[in-house]
Amino acid sequence: MSVSMKAKVRVFLKAGVLDVQGKAVEQALHGLGFAGVSEVRVGRLIDFDVAGTDPAKAKAEVEAMCHRLLANPVIESFEVEIV
Amino acid sequence: MRAAVVVFPGSNCDRDCQVAITQATGASVDMVWHQETVLPDRLDLVVLPGGFAHGDYLRCGAMAALSPIMGAVRDAAARGVAVAGICNGFQVLCEAGMLPGALLRNRDLKYVCKRVELDVVNAQTRFTAAFKETRTAWMTVGNGEGNYFADEATLDRLEGEGQVVFRYRDNPNGSARDIAGIIDASGNVLGMMPHPDRAFEPALGSADGAKVFQSVLTGLLEAA
Repeated sequence: MSVSMKAKVRVFLKAGVLDVQGKAVEQALHGLGFAGVSEVRVGRLIDFDVAGTDPAKAKAEVEAMCHRLLANPVIESFEVEIV
Repeated sequence: MRAAVVVFPGSNCDRDCQVAITQATGASVDMVWHQETVLPDRLDLVVLPGGFAHGDYLRCGAMAALSPIMGAVRDAAARGVAVAGICNGFQVLCEAGMLPGALLRNRDLKYVCKRVELDVVNAQTRFTAAFKETRTAWMTVGNGEGNYFADEATLDRLEGEGQVVFRYRDNPNGSARDIAGIIDASGNVLGMMPHPDRAFEPALGSADGAKVFQSVLTGLLEAA
């Protein structure tokens, strides 16, 4: 039986990069009356299974995936969670 | 002159580029599928065309940047072959790390399709020499992610080294410092969001785009 863990990758635009989508969502929420909303950021959640049993090793591997494909380090930051 | 246009699944300006290059320079243009690993011999120009390679999945150009052909494109640029990425091709070159920066969603979240007037900021590149004293050009843009971004240090370096080649006169998308096109440090790699391939004869509203391809040809003739 193959053993695998779940990887959850969250990718967001870096703090210094204007998130126009987040701004538009924020304005729409204000329009709906949710006046207390601020700092909306729209990102991406990528879920997948990785084979193995060592969470530290899996995390390092998924971080390598982020650097090479899942995130663009010029504009995006990412967080990796192995569960 | 020999040119090649790379065709990715989702490219839609590949034929436009082929016709534009041939009309502007008389070059023969090979179409190269992205799964190939080699480019034709004795090549002078490679164009990555506009479109929506791989459906713009993940990020525009992210998948295309990993296509098998990109190794050969990188090698060609290092050998001195002119490499031009137009629109989606510019996004691919940024994702491939062949040009600095990235293209973000347009400031107003809209797909912008319009004529734009450009300043030819640097007419001493192999892609712009044919503009000579004419320092403006009309072309069109058509994109949803044309908002050029790079950190301040990179932008300063691009400006300081003459790597900003085209600027928008009336910024349509929020691009940093009105940047519409840049070259890399070697001068062999150009990325631009406006389409020279849609402005190569007067019937299209402008023939200014032809000068981009003619510049490459002129450079070859002068070097010969």
